[in-house]
Amino acid sequence: MKNLVVWSVQNVTINQKNLTASYITMAENTKKYWQGIEVLNEDPEFLKHRHDEFAEELPLEESFSENSAALKSNRRDFLKMFGFGISAAALAACRDTPVKKAIPYLVKPESITPGVANYFASTCSGCSSSCGILVKVRDGRPIKIEGNELTFNGEGTCATGQATVLSLYDNYRVEGPLKSGAKSSWSEVDNAIRAAIADAKANGGKVRVLSGSINSPSTLKAINTLVTTVSDGKHVQYDPVSFSGMLSANQAAFGKYALPTYRFDKAQVIAGINCDFLGTWISPAEHARQYAIGRKIDGDKKSMSKHYQVESLLSLTGSNADERATIRPGQEGAFVVALYNEVAKKAGSTVYASSEDPTPGKMAARMASDLWKNKGNSLVVCGSNHMETQMVVNAINVLLGNYGTTLSMGRVSYQKSGNDADMAQLLSDMKSGQVHTLIIYGANPVYDYPAGNEFKAALAKVKNSISLSDRLDETSAHVAWLCPDNHFLESWNDHQPIQGHYTLTQPTIPALFDTRQAIESFLTWSGQTTNAYEFVQTNWKSGILGEGNWNQALHDGVYESFGESSEPSMSGDIASAMSAAVGAGKSIGDVAVVLYEKIGIRDGRMANNPWLQEFPDPISKTSWDNYAALSNKFAEDNSLKQGDVIEVKSEGYSITLPVLIQPGQAYGTIAIAVGYGRGEGAGKTAASVGQNAYPFAKVAGNGVQYTVSGSLSKVEGSYELAQTQIHHYIEGRNIVKETTLAEWTANPKSGNPDVTLVTPDGAQKPHTITLWDNYDHTKGHHWGMVIDLNACTGCGSCVVACQAENNIAVVGKREVLVRREMHWIRIDRYYNFKDDGGNKVNKEKEIGKVQDFENVQVLFQPMLCQHCDNAPCETVCPVLATVHSAEGLNQQAYNRCIGTRYCANNCPYKVRRFNWFDYAGNEKFDYTMYNSLNRMVLNPDVTVRSRGVMEKCSFCVQKIQEGKLASKKEGKVLADGVIKTACQKVCPSNAIHFGDKNDPNSSVSKLLNNERNYQVLEEVKTLPNVSYLTKVRNIESSNA
Amino acid sequence: MKSGSRLILLLTLVLLGMNTLKAADGAALFKANCTACHAVDKQVVGPALKDVHKRRDEAWLLKFIKNSTAVINSGDKYAVDLYNKYNKTQMPAFDYLQDEDIKAIIGYIKEKSEAPAEVAAAPAAGGDAGAENNGGGGIPSATLFWGLAALTGVLILIIFLLIFITTLLVNALREKEAREKNVPTESLKQSMNLMKNKFVATAIVFILVIAGFNYTVKTARAVGVHQGYAPVQPIAFSHKLHAGTNQIQCQTCHTGVEKSKSANIPSTNICMNCHSYVKKESPEIQKLYKAIETGVPVEWIRIHNLPDFVYFNHQQHVKVGGVECQECHGPIEEMEVVYQHSPLTMGWCIDCHRKKEVDLKKNDYYLKIHEKMKGTEEVITVEKLGGLECAKCHY
Repeated sequence: MKNLVVWSVQNVTINQKNLTASYITMAENTKKYWQGIEVLNEDPEFLKHRHDEFAEELPLEESFSENSAALKSNRRDFLKMFGFGISAAALAACRDTPVKKAIPYLVKPESITPGVANYFASTCSGCSSSCGILVKVRDGRPIKIEGNELTFNGEGTCATGQATVLSLYDNYRVEGPLKSGAKSSWSEVDNAIRAAIADAKANGGKVRVLSGSINSPSTLKAINTLVTTVSDGKHVQYDPVSFSGMLSANQAAFGKYALPTYRFDKAQVIAGINCDFLGTWISPAEHARQYAIGRKIDGDKKSMSKHYQVESLLSLTGSNADERATIRPGQEGAFVVALYNEVAKKAGSTVYASSEDPTPGKMAARMASDLWKNKGNSLVVCGSNHMETQMVVNAINVLLGNYGTTLSMGRVSYQKSGNDADMAQLLSDMKSGQVHTLIIYGANPVYDYPAGNEFKAALAKVKNSISLSDRLDETSAHVAWLCPDNHFLESWNDHQPIQGHYTLTQPTIPALFDTRQAIESFLTWSGQTTNAYEFVQTNWKSGILGEGNWNQALHDGVYESFGESSEPSMSGDIASAMSAAVGAGKSIGDVAVVLYEKIGIRDGRMANNPWLQEFPDPISKTSWDNYAALSNKFAEDNSLKQGDVIEVKSEGYSITLPVLIQPGQAYGTIAIAVGYGRGEGAGKTAASVGQNAYPFAKVAGNGVQYTVSGSLSKVEGSYELAQTQIHHYIEGRNIVKETTLAEWTANPKSGNPDVTLVTPDGAQKPHTITLWDNYDHTKGHHWGMVIDLNACTGCGSCVVACQAENNIAVVGKREVLVRREMHWIRIDRYYNFKDDGGNKVNKEKEIGKVQDFENVQVLFQPMLCQHCDNAPCETVCPVLATVHSAEGLNQQAYNRCIGTRYCANNCPYKVRRFNWFDYAGNEKFDYTMYNSLNRMVLNPDVTVRSRGVMEKCSFCVQKIQEGKLASKKEGKVLADGVIKTACQKVCPSNAIHFGDKNDPNSSVSKLLNNERNYQVLEEVKTLPNVSYLTKVRNIESSNA
Repeated sequence: MKSGSRLILLLTLVLLGMNTLKAADGAALFKANCTACHAVDKQVVGPALKDVHKRRDEAWLLKFIKNSTAVINSGDKYAVDLYNKYNKTQMPAFDYLQDEDIKAIIGYIKEKSEAPAEVAAAPAAGGDAGAENNGGGGIPSATLFWGLAALTGVLILIIFLLIFITTLLVNALREKEAREKNVPTESLKQSMNLMKNKFVATAIVFILVIAGFNYTVKTARAVGVHQGYAPVQPIAFSHKLHAGTNQIQCQTCHTGVEKSKSANIPSTNICMNCHSYVKKESPEIQKLYKAIETGVPVEWIRIHNLPDFVYFNHQQHVKVGGVECQECHGPIEEMEVVYQHSPLTMGWCIDCHRKKEVDLKKNDYYLKIHEKMKGTEEVITVEKLGGLECAKCHY
């Protein structure tokens, strides 16, 4: 043993043989981070388990105790079991080895080499953002979605987009056309529908196509072909989470029923009002990418954008804001008007209706001053679906001169095109029995339209009802004809998410079932025989492509053709819009129900996707449920605590939900996520999870309103929510680090002081003192990862991407409750309070009492295996199942692991996951691996782990090996960026960097020298190969 | 003068080098284009090509190789005779080959015609080398075990002898005493006494236990090892005929071996490249036609099976590492029915990784990344590049 020295701890000298004590000198920290209310309040249940790696003890007591006679086990039993075990093992070993077949192609397609993945450019249809994607197809099966760097979203996608590939292999998809729920054939269906259309043509009657937002030129054309064959045909679009108010405002102001395109990267100051543009609003992957560009401070870029957020709920976007204030749900309009007035004052423009700024710190004035300072390079966005409020927001952006730089109505976005007025009209037409034929495509109004029950009743009055849904969902269960559409990965299609930005969708697998894609159905019913491929290609060649080449466009997945455009000037009655905006909130009472979309599940159309259900919400860290989120004080005032069950009521609709205490939320707000409470037909995974909150929304004026007055009352019982954040306890350690822009400018090491240990030889960096012989990592590669906490928005795409890449099991709510989730990468979410004048915080309990729970700051930290060079897990493994590689990887050999779980117990980062069950072979875990259809999504390059073995992040070693092999094959030096881990590749904000630390020019090597770089728990000398860059908040000082 | 001779020497070397280069090109082209139907010294699908440059002139050969059909149709007697002799099997047109390429091929045939012995010896030598590589190396655990067992046996024998001698001496003493006392000798009783001796009994039990343990371990270790597994395949395909007699390169049919992790069982259309005109009437070939007609692919039985938790990549071994197929698959060109030649156990993999040298110079990747290592180590084996680490094969 070397370095056996006695360290002095402050002035006390510990003089004991073999004892090395160390004292860590770090700057006094005035911030306390906490993971949840339980931690802050020192909840007894939490305290009981906080030091345990595994929440549940093994039931040894039950099996071996004297008292339980039935389970009593003695020496004889032991011998019996032992004997049986040996003979069973012997018998199993005598079994004939199964004969395996190797079946080659009959005629091998030229482009396919079995064992080599192909990538096809396509367009994601997980939501209507229509992000460009590359689909990884291995041996004919799509197994992974990657972003297409040629498109507007870049290489990143969101969590929902990642999960779309699993929805392809969904058991609950219908396997062919149905007539009133019974099996039918396409010819029968087509004849009946053609007859219905002919009948409408001859005798008159409304023919309606109802869909969600569609931005596909070809699909729109196909629908149009159908609706124009009859005299009274119309295509109606609506969105479950409506943007109709905003679209109408743009119609009124600029004469275009479209959304603007945003450039968050160009905005120096961003003001968000109830707008979760990083999580769920319009096109989150695109926004996150742009936002991160403005937020990153790399190399020469020393400035970053400033982000204000005013909101009632704690959204992902609000969590990332530099300054955040909460307002009550009804105060949104008032705040927007107050902000307008503040900006107008600076601009010397007319101040209209006066409105009091409802934010606690009078944020509007500060916001306006910053916005005005950066006029032309600032941006105000609002998530309201109230037309007049959006009119005022438009007016603010016009005053600031932002149109043309940070947002544009000259080049618009078609990502949302629903119209609530059209939908309301359709419903009334249906009620009065005027609708002759209704074709529902890509929509589920019975479930997700606020007046869903009325819709269901009115559906009975429609003479011919047809649905193109892929499953027997709430709506399609009540139609006469179900003509299932292909999954988008089986289809030809195109999209135009942004004006002049055309993307293509191409099939990556033949249709799994007897389904037919919507375009072909529409064309067939309008009497055409063209197939979808020809139809899309003809449209492109005759209209879109111009000089462009079809094959090139198909290869790239995108075709860009947009000339110059000028920004339209704004018109409209601002004064009346202002009074309407203020007035709208007045009808909302003190207690309000606010509906919102959760990241992952979103509007609920993919609710039967186990990856998304198990994915913990980035803010509440809850999986497998929706709940009524309340602020701490509001809950206390109503004598409620987490886990209580309440009945939430609003205008005749009520549901019972468990209570979740959510810091950062406004008083009087009951926040409920939509997308839950699906019916049986949606699928086994979706059904019985949560309650449907859509009926709370109110169909009013130009847009559906998602904030309504409501009330709550406690009901009997309690309910456990599967929250993952407090599964690990940080013991008050310095895990996350942050600083402010001002401090960082003055001192790049601010917030990240060197960690040193006091030794008799003076202060030393921890890695210089060690008992171990260090590995020599100077030869060959040395893999490392750097995660920029300033760029990470906490969206969680990496969690799902990792799950898809590495065949990670879904374990279900019951197992998540006992801390057995399997995610290899998790996003840790930490709260802290704004500092109280720089006073030191001593006891968590105290601050819990005095602080205002509405004003919390949030920090996200992706946590994965740190691949420590001095890994604590490696030293305790009795069978050497986890060992270090020369390339710096902490390897886990599943076939060697015997499941002692010592490693997980000894891991300071809590990143090891144990397979408690055979998730691939146990019918109780029928999520993603049990069923042969689901199994098609598995990555054949990664082992499916069996019961009783430990697993954890491998740094995507299969991708490392693949990248190395590609370089070896070409005889080239491995270039930086050839190997990208799944989490790195999917990250929309490029927060994750991975590469060779021995290559001085790699991005990782450069970032390792960044002053913001730190290792988590550096003081325990684990020498992690993952390090982080300090978060920087753009605020004057930490006391702001 | 000295420098002059050096120059001449150098030039000669360069010229010689160029010559071999050309021949090598010819060899590669021959392998890539011709071996499916031709061999130099024996008749395969087409005639043996030995001395073909003597039989026909170069111009005729160029014409025929580029488009044999045209030559036959032109009524060239030699060509027509050839066509009829070989069951009217047409040679495909190699119009994409340049004149230089064809000349290189002819050059190669010429070279081979003049040195026929080498050709025949080459594949066999490769096979032997492969086999040699597989055995030995380090001290295999079995050898160690038997060595120890033998040692123990010898020791036990010595003990026996000692006991025997002691007993003899004691008995002699007793006999003497008995003689003095006139008691008769009982030799049977003596051997019973020997068995009653605790030492002897223990030794026998000990030997039995050791033998039993050895048997159990040996049997247990063979579980899951299917060396020699040679299932009956749905089509009686002979590697001996294709790879041995006809000398068709492995890669011609196993196309994935340099591109993918799996070498790939050839798809039926690859078989049809030749068998659309070769041996059409054979009942085994008819099975191929049936597969094509019915659209039901041939279900071959997989011989080489690795456990699910092992990742193996052919590309890495064959393309990058330059490992010959025979090193793992054995003398495949002699197998009428393919069997599993190697045990495919982890010990077997590791053994090779320990011994296999990596040629750093051939590949920039290795050269650059292991520059430092090159200075300190004389021989760089796969092991030294991390080839024994778990996550190279298990992930």
